Formats: sequence, C-alpha cells, structure tokens
Amino acid sequence: MAGVSTLDPTAGLSRAKAPARKREGRPRLGRGAVMLIAAVYFIGPILCSFIFTVDDPVKGFTLSAYSQIFSVSGLWPALQLSLLLALATIVVVFLLLIPTVIAIRLGSPRLRSVVEFVCMLPLVVPSIALTSGINILLRWGSDNLQTTPFWDTLVFIQNASFPIILVLAYVVMALPLAFRTLDAGMRALDVRTLLEAAQNNGASRTRAIFTVVLPNLRGAMVNAGMLTLALVLGEFTVSSILGYEPFSVWIVNGNSAGDGPVTTAVSITSLVLTWVVLLALSATGRRKAASAPTA
Amino acid sequence: MSTIDPTTPTGVAGAVPSRRRLRSSLRKAAAGRAAVLPLIIFVAVAFGLPAVAMAYGAFTSYAPGQPSSYTMGNVSASLEGGYLTALLGSVKLSATAALVATVFGLLLAQAIVTSRFEMLRHVVLSASGVLANFGGVPLAFAFVATLGNAGVLTTRLHLAQAGWSLYSFWGLTLVYLYFLIPLMVLTVIPSLDGLRRQWREAAQNNGAGVWQYWRYVALPVLTPSLLGGFVLLFGSAFAAYATAAAMVGASVPLITLQIADALNGNVSASASNVALAMSLDMVVISVLVMALYIPLQRRSARWLV
Repeated sequence: MAGVSTLDPTAGLSRAKAPARKREGRPRLGRGAVMLIAAVYFIGPILCSFIFTVDDPVKGFTLSAYSQIFSVSGLWPALQLSLLLALATIVVVFLLLIPTVIAIRLGSPRLRSVVEFVCMLPLVVPSIALTSGINILLRWGSDNLQTTPFWDTLVFIQNASFPIILVLAYVVMALPLAFRTLDAGMRALDVRTLLEAAQNNGASRTRAIFTVVLPNLRGAMVNAGMLTLALVLGEFTVSSILGYEPFSVWIVNGNSAGDGPVTTAVSITSLVLTWVVLLALSATGRRKAASAPTA
Repeated sequence: MSTIDPTTPTGVAGAVPSRRRLRSSLRKAAAGRAAVLPLIIFVAVAFGLPAVAMAYGAFTSYAPGQPSSYTMGNVSASLEGGYLTALLGSVKLSATAALVATVFGLLLAQAIVTSRFEMLRHVVLSASGVLANFGGVPLAFAFVATLGNAGVLTTRLHLAQAGWSLYSFWGLTLVYLYFLIPLMVLTVIPSLDGLRRQWREAAQNNGAGVWQYWRYVALPVLTPSLLGGFVLLFGSAFAAYATAAAMVGASVPLITLQIADALNGNVSASASNVALAMSLDMVVISVLVMALYIPLQRRSARWLV
C-alpha cells in the first residue's frame, strides 16, 4: 500500500486498467472450461442412462422401458409409501421446528445454542449407525416386551403399510438441514417488530404468528419441505436394513430381479422430476418475491 | 406494514413499568422453553434412545435367552482384520473424494457466482439441492448405465480393454463426486457471495494480479469455510451406503457395507453386536472430524457477514 501512494496517481490508474482487461479474457476462458467439464460430468450420465434405457441390443430404439413404468409391479405401492412417509416427515418436522425457530429468534442466545447443538447432533451419527441402534432397540423390544402393554405400540410403529419407525428416523435425519433452512428464513425477518406491530393492531400472539410470521416464512418452508421430500424419496439405508420397501428399495430390488432398463428409467425419471419441481418452486418463489418486494 | 409508525412499539415498550416488563420477559422465556421442549423430547427419544442402545450394545455380548455381559470383544473385533480394512477403506475413499470435490466445487461455484446469467444460478442451485439430497441409488444406476460393465460408454468406447472398472476405488470416487460436488457448491456459494468487491479492487489497485488476489486475499478468507466444507463432504461420503449397495459387485471394502451385512445376519447372529461396535467407530470418527468443523465455521462467519 505504501508503495502505491508514492507513485504518480495516473501510473496507478493505467496499471489498474491493463490487468483488468487481461483479467476479463482469462477467467472467462477458465470459467467456460469449468462449466463445460461440469456440464459433461453432470449431464453425461443422465443422458447415457437415457440412451441405455431406450437402446435395446436386439430391437434397437424402443421406449418400452418408459411405457412399462406404468405397468411394472410394485412401483405404485412403493412410491405411495414413500410419498406418505415424506408427507408425515414434513408435517412432524414443521410441527417441531417452526415453534422452535420462532422461539429462538425471540428468546435468549443460550436457547439458540442449545437448539443448534441438538439439531446438529444427527450429523455425527451416520444413518447406518442410527439404523443399527434402532435395530438393536427393536430386537430388545421383541425379546422383552411381549407380555407388556408396550407390545402393541411396538407392533404398531413397525406396521409394514405405514412404518412410523421410519418417520421417526427420517425426522431425525432431516433435522440438521431443515433447521438451517428454516432458521435462515427466520433470520431474514424482523420477527419482533412484526409481532409487536400485529399485536399493537389488536391481534393476539397466536393470531399474529399464524397470519403475519408464517406467511413470511413460506419460502423457507417450501425449501425445507422440498429438501425433506428429496431426502425421504431417495432414502435407502434405514428402510432397506429394517426390511421395508419404499421407492428406492424397490428400485434396487427390481434391478436385481432383472428389470434393469425399467428401474434405471424410473430412477432417472424420479431424479429429473424432483429437479423440475424444485426449479419450478424456486421460480414461483422468486416471482412472488419480485412482485411483492416489501414482503 | 409500512403504514405503522415504526417508533410505536419501542415507545410502548419504554412506557411499561419495569416490573411488568420483567414478568413478561420471564413469561416469554418460559414460553420459549415450552416451544422448544417438544423438539428436545423428540430428539431424546428418536435419536437418543437408539444412540444409547448402540453404545451399550457395542460393549455387551448378546446371545438369545442369556443375560448380557460387558465385554470389549466387539470393539476389538471391529478394529481387526477385514473390518479394519473396511474402516480404513471408507476413510481413504471419503478423504479422496471430499478433497477432489472441494477443489472442483469451489471452481464451479466461482464460475456460477461470476456468471452474468441469473437463470444459470437457479438451475445449478436447484440441481445441486436435488443431487446432494436425493441419495445414492439413482446416481449409482446412472453411472452403472454409463460406465458400468455393460454401460453405454464402456461398450462404445471399449473402456474395459483400457483397464477401466467402475467398481474400483477410482470408479467409486467418480460416482461419489456426483453428489459431493453439488454439496460443496451449495456450501461454498454463500461464502463466495460474501467476498467483497472492494477487496478485489483494493488488491488490483495495489497491482495484484488474479493469482495474487486469490493467493493472498480470497483463499485466506475462504480457508475456514473451505475446510468446513471439506469436513461436511467427508462426513457425507463416510456415511454413504446406498451408492455402494446399489452398485452390486463393488470390490471396494467399505465400513457401511460391512455393518449392513452384519445387521442383516449375513455373517452370524453374534456379528450384530460387532456391527454396533463398528457403528460406534464411525460415530467416533465423525465426532473427531466434526469437532474441527464447528470452530472453523465460527471463524469464517466472522469475516463473511
């Protein structure tokens, strides 16, 4: 810095200009190269999977893998189970986290650090470790609880048509990300002022939260919900080891049963569909934000 | 909102007698704790119980119909022979994949941040959200269809003759990058957005070139969040199970595959307690790695507000 100040100011200016021009050329080239490699790497496998599903070694081009999606056995029950689990998980995550993020925004810093710690805990226990813990608990339960009233509860939470035990595990797994997303959305709001303004206008605290705070949190809620949906739809570890067959477990089982092209078709379709939905949601979110800049 | 006089709330709060304010703030604190309580109870039951059961089971022996007894046998068995190889294999694969993904993720994120196309950013960010969270099964299938033994590229480009195998260490690394790079992009973009334009301008005015700007200004500021990102990626790769499980025939030993085998009873009934010990090993490694992450995250937050 000291060196620059002793120089003729115009010399500094012209020096600043020259690298600026050079800078424009090179990073643009570098940026282009990075983008190209990324595009090939990320789009390539999806494209090749599509070719794999439509190119039959004997018949040549065929869309039968995609038409079979609607008739292949077991897909709809598995998908239904996954969507049901996702819905339940999202509802529980919201019920637990929304009061929490409001409370820590209004409450003491100590409350915040406790909640942050609790929500980050699942990050240090990989889902397979959580599964092994659940597995041992269920085994212990079936060994020891048969004569107690807890037995019915134990059977109920493991019901194959709607395994609540999976919802419990998924909520735990969704907590870190959902908390960060909702908390970031909450930080962008001046909750205290919003609440006080609504209350000064005669709204009760509950009414103020439901009619003023929550609508402002919608964007973060949509994001958290979508990420949880993606997590549950793709979840494999817990459900496969505990012996349930939601969407992703069905895909893997179907593949080893010889439905190769169909299951590949289903899995890339699910990936692309989830992405399109997420993109559409983020686009509507932005349009709303643009039309109502004060919100 | 804008029609309300902004001074009103503070004015009212100031006029309230201090005792009432104290009582109301106490009530608010109690309400805050009550709002957080369901979360704490839920985590204690759905997360705490399995975690405690896992830790307890790791140190006890199990045989049906017999009382359990304390033993170090499971833990020492989990750190021997094939189990140790799998643990080290997981650590090596996760560290390699996380390192590569950190570098490429940073480059890609920088390319997106400096791009003029607003739409590109949304497309890449939403795609990253899906890939980072959707889990390994579709990714594994996409790669098997592309580069597996009968994959589109393998057969057309005769890669097998060239020695390529998707089921090797580097093949698995390539697949892992497919969800690790998006995770890195999502993690590092906020930090890149936080790099101030003035810093670059100041560096330029002092005659720094692009390389010098990155070497002396941007990278030192970004280091904590890059290391934090690396730790997050490592944890994510370390915990990954679905990808390897869906790529049947992968020859890379991984701790998650071993745990799943033992839990499914593919090995022997007593192996399930060794699975708990292996789970405990994983938690210990994750805790050690995360312990690095938290202070780093704090440090970068100080610079990048």
